Amino acid sequence: MTFKIAASPHAHQRRTTQQVMRWVYLALIPGVLAQTYFFGFGVYVQLALALLTAWAAEGIAMRLRGRPVAHAWQDHTAIVTAVLLAISIPALAPWWIIVMGTAFAIIVVKHVYGGVGQNLFNPAMAGYVLLLISFPVQMTSWPIPNELAQLQVSISDTVSLIFSGFTQAGYNLEQLRMGADGITMATPLDSLRNDLNHQMTLSEALSKPIFGELGGIGWAWINIAFLLGGLVLIKQKIISWHIPGGFLVGLLVPAAIYWLFNPDQAITPMLHALSGATMLGAFFIATDPVTAATSNKGRWLFGLLVGFLVFVIRTWGGYPDAVAFAVLLANMTVPVIDKYTQPVAYGHGGRS
Amino acid sequence: MSAATKAIEAGHIWTFPGGIHPPERKEISNQTPIAPLPLAQQYTIPVKQHSGAPGEVLVQVGDKVKAGQALTQVGANNGLPVHAPTSGTVTAIGPGMIAHPSGLTDTVITIEADGNDEHVAFEPLANYTEISRAELLERIKTAGIAGLGGAGFPTAQKLALQRPLDYLIINGVECEPYISADDRLMREHAQTIIDGTEILLHIAGCEKALIAIEANKPEAIAAFEALLDKHPQLSLRVVPVKYPSGGEKQLIQLLTGRQVPSRGLPIDVGLVMQNVGTAYAVAQATLQGKPLLERVVTVTGENVAKPGNYWVRIGTPVAYLLEQCGFKPEPEQRVIMGGPMMGFTLADLSVPVVKITNCILVPSSQELAPAQDEMACIRCGACADVCPAQLLPQQLQWLAKAKDYDGLEQQNLFDCIECGACAYVCPSEIPLVHYYRKAKAEVRNIAREKAKAEVARERFEARQERLEREKQERLERHRKAAEARKKAQAEAVAQGGDNPQDAVQAAIARAKARKAAQAAAAEQQNKDGDDA
Amino acid sequence: MTVVTALIVLGVLALIFGLILGFAAVRFRVESDPIVDQIDAILPQTQCGQCGYPGCRPYAEAIANGDEINKCPPGGQSTINALADLMGVEAKPLDSAHGEEDVKKVAVIREDECIGCTKCIQACPVDAILGAAKQMHTVIAHECTGCDLCVEPCPVDCIDMVPVPVRPDNWQWDLKQIPVRVVDAVESSN
Repeated sequence: MTFKIAASPHAHQRRTTQQVMRWVYLALIPGVLAQTYFFGFGVYVQLALALLTAWAAEGIAMRLRGRPVAHAWQDHTAIVTAVLLAISIPALAPWWIIVMGTAFAIIVVKHVYGGVGQNLFNPAMAGYVLLLISFPVQMTSWPIPNELAQLQVSISDTVSLIFSGFTQAGYNLEQLRMGADGITMATPLDSLRNDLNHQMTLSEALSKPIFGELGGIGWAWINIAFLLGGLVLIKQKIISWHIPGGFLVGLLVPAAIYWLFNPDQAITPMLHALSGATMLGAFFIATDPVTAATSNKGRWLFGLLVGFLVFVIRTWGGYPDAVAFAVLLANMTVPVIDKYTQPVAYGHGGRS
Repeated sequence: MSAATKAIEAGHIWTFPGGIHPPERKEISNQTPIAPLPLAQQYTIPVKQHSGAPGEVLVQVGDKVKAGQALTQVGANNGLPVHAPTSGTVTAIGPGMIAHPSGLTDTVITIEADGNDEHVAFEPLANYTEISRAELLERIKTAGIAGLGGAGFPTAQKLALQRPLDYLIINGVECEPYISADDRLMREHAQTIIDGTEILLHIAGCEKALIAIEANKPEAIAAFEALLDKHPQLSLRVVPVKYPSGGEKQLIQLLTGRQVPSRGLPIDVGLVMQNVGTAYAVAQATLQGKPLLERVVTVTGENVAKPGNYWVRIGTPVAYLLEQCGFKPEPEQRVIMGGPMMGFTLADLSVPVVKITNCILVPSSQELAPAQDEMACIRCGACADVCPAQLLPQQLQWLAKAKDYDGLEQQNLFDCIECGACAYVCPSEIPLVHYYRKAKAEVRNIAREKAKAEVARERFEARQERLEREKQERLERHRKAAEARKKAQAEAVAQGGDNPQDAVQAAIARAKARKAAQAAAAEQQNKDGDDA
Repeated sequence: MTVVTALIVLGVLALIFGLILGFAAVRFRVESDPIVDQIDAILPQTQCGQCGYPGCRPYAEAIANGDEINKCPPGGQSTINALADLMGVEAKPLDSAHGEEDVKKVAVIREDECIGCTKCIQACPVDAILGAAKQMHTVIAHECTGCDLCVEPCPVDCIDMVPVPVRPDNWQWDLKQIPVRVVDAVESSN
């Protein structure tokens, strides 16, 4: 009989890329549910569009590169990219936004750089930034949380809005985003920035109806849901705590110091933590293994850098939220971080 | 006493970076005592079973041998002898399968057993402190003892290094999953291992020994705890369960906090390490005079009916061993010599059990699923997290694939201990260790080629020089001969003899005259012709 | 006026930088191996002459003087690439006019057929053949570069070029090349 030849080790943990990626998108479920609760079914439509686009883009890119197509679908990395991008954009954005963003993320950001594992930038965030700087209006038109909305949007309205720009009753997105006072509602971070820039004090700015006890209505719960999913990932050892930890320390410590010195003019650390894409960024986006640093020390530094950049951009920058820019900027520094945080190999004078 | 030494004395256990916790599965084989294996009919003994040159073969085909008789003799360059495992007849000496991952052949001595199992007279030694250290070392060397832990380094050579030693470490960690050979040996022969340790201490000129056992072997720990009161030089260290805490470098780090320098030896940091099996063999060789004839081998995995530990004679074919243990092969069966992390697969079961064989693992494809396709690296860094040598496995992998040998050296490829932790956790199932082993072999090969090219260049240049020199010498010889001739002439003329120069002139004149005569004769003929 | 000032400033700057560069060139001069030695170090030293020169060093000298870098079959593509790197030229495929890349070989004399003519000894570029007139010759295997030059002069064709055998200690860990023999597990034990 024939005996099989194989290279050691013969044992394997059997946690494949596919399983890792599956954990990531399963851990996103609480956040997605929270988003649906506050912003409606648009999230699902965006998800469906993103997944479909990612699937097609991955297939086309692999075919063009002459690689086995099935292989690429198998590792589920495109699914994670698609899901991250879909939940990062406003739930009622027109359909071509997500299609364009996902296709760009997969084909240009991922495959042009050599496919999975080779890309320098986080595909979802690069796609997001492309959309944000190309279509600023569509990308900042977040629906208002259901609790505050004057008009409730049904499933068919959602689909109609995304594909044609109008609900079946003929309202457009702009009309839907109006509050009781007839003024279009911005996202909490956006509103805060505007108000603080216009010399309002923090308490005045927070008196707007979009703010609840914890922070922006809806956003706070969405962040808490993403935090929960993130903790599951750490528990499952899918990600290490270093990047989210560094991210939160890098964001909240400077934010707290700044706030202590400027209690009237600065966003509180609590608002930083529970607004915008903080938790999604800390646990799901900055932790993308391909584009983050690789050693624990490097991950910690990388997290700190992203968090600090988020603080800087949110405080002084021109865009309402900053996670995407911060992540992309930090991605660029990864080779340097990796070079200078390389552990000292055994027997080369390091201490144990 | 320094703080670090105090901590070692106090039994402090340090830690090492990385490491993994694969399923241990030692319960498959460690439940029953070590059983003797019935004699096989045929044994094949490779002449080289240790690191170093093989010894010179002492027997011929047809010779009758007895168990314990040396088949090769101690040779130069770390040559260790091998011994006949039982009595019988030498039936062949030639290429045969050896225990090596390549499946290549080497010289083996085949012995047809006669079934009587007679052995040569062993020479027991009552008090080993009475004979000299050199004699003790000779005893260990002639017993053919090489490290039984895996590397097969000649034990006597390790002990012969005359360097200051702080501790002798006896390695009973056995961190590799499935294997329980050392575990059972420690449970059943703790006293002999302690005797062997004391002999090793005596030979090495060392004061203290640390016996390290992993925490998952409570019975072995208890066996030593019961005996160690009477041996103040020896102390027990229980190390936490983690793979690869039994690796030489990792265990040193765990017990002393020291690191063996890159490309150095434990003795560089005042330590020497021996496996518990080696300590047992040293006690047998010294006290009983018994050479290394058999060792404990774990036979395990779901595809054997009677897993357990066996006393197996060196040279027993794996096929026979498995047959005795109820081998139930499945299609595409893997037979692994060693454990699931560092063992290698056998292509052919005529491979014999050798001195370093601690386990034969016969897994079903459910318990150890065959490797899947290698996928693209996603740079997750899981490999770097588990690397006990603090290397960057993914970086090494890319450099190895690119054949960037300078880059590999810079990233300390040769500090890789091939423990397999990186490949174990890799989500893309990249056979990382395989790439490193291949790259290491290539780097060594290039170094060898380079050294050879250097020698060839020197020899070529030496030859060119020699040819040039010979040419010069030849010319010189001709010149000298001509000079001597001239000188001799001049002397001859001076003494009134014929000047050879005159003779030449005379010869030329003769030749001219002859030519002239011929010409005249020819003219005469022409004239005659015309007249006619 | 500004134009003149600009020109003067630029001129002075150029002069200063020129002086600095000139000083650096003298002060920090890197002593490098003569190029021939560097080329020679890359060549495989088989001294086989397949390149058309009587040995590796003569070929190294020829390359330094502008000869093609792709005439060395024993070195193969890796040598060509290394030479291309060193010389700053494009790597080319091996010129097949000089032979094909082959596995490493070593010469072996069938000793019972050897008549002791010493012709091979004279041909060997690295003096790796031992023997004397009317005595059997033999190859010192580990000194043989596998150059092939002894084969042709042999009047009785008793020299074979055999591939260097793969042994466990020089095996390259190629698992695909392991000869998998089909054996019956139980029967082979007898």
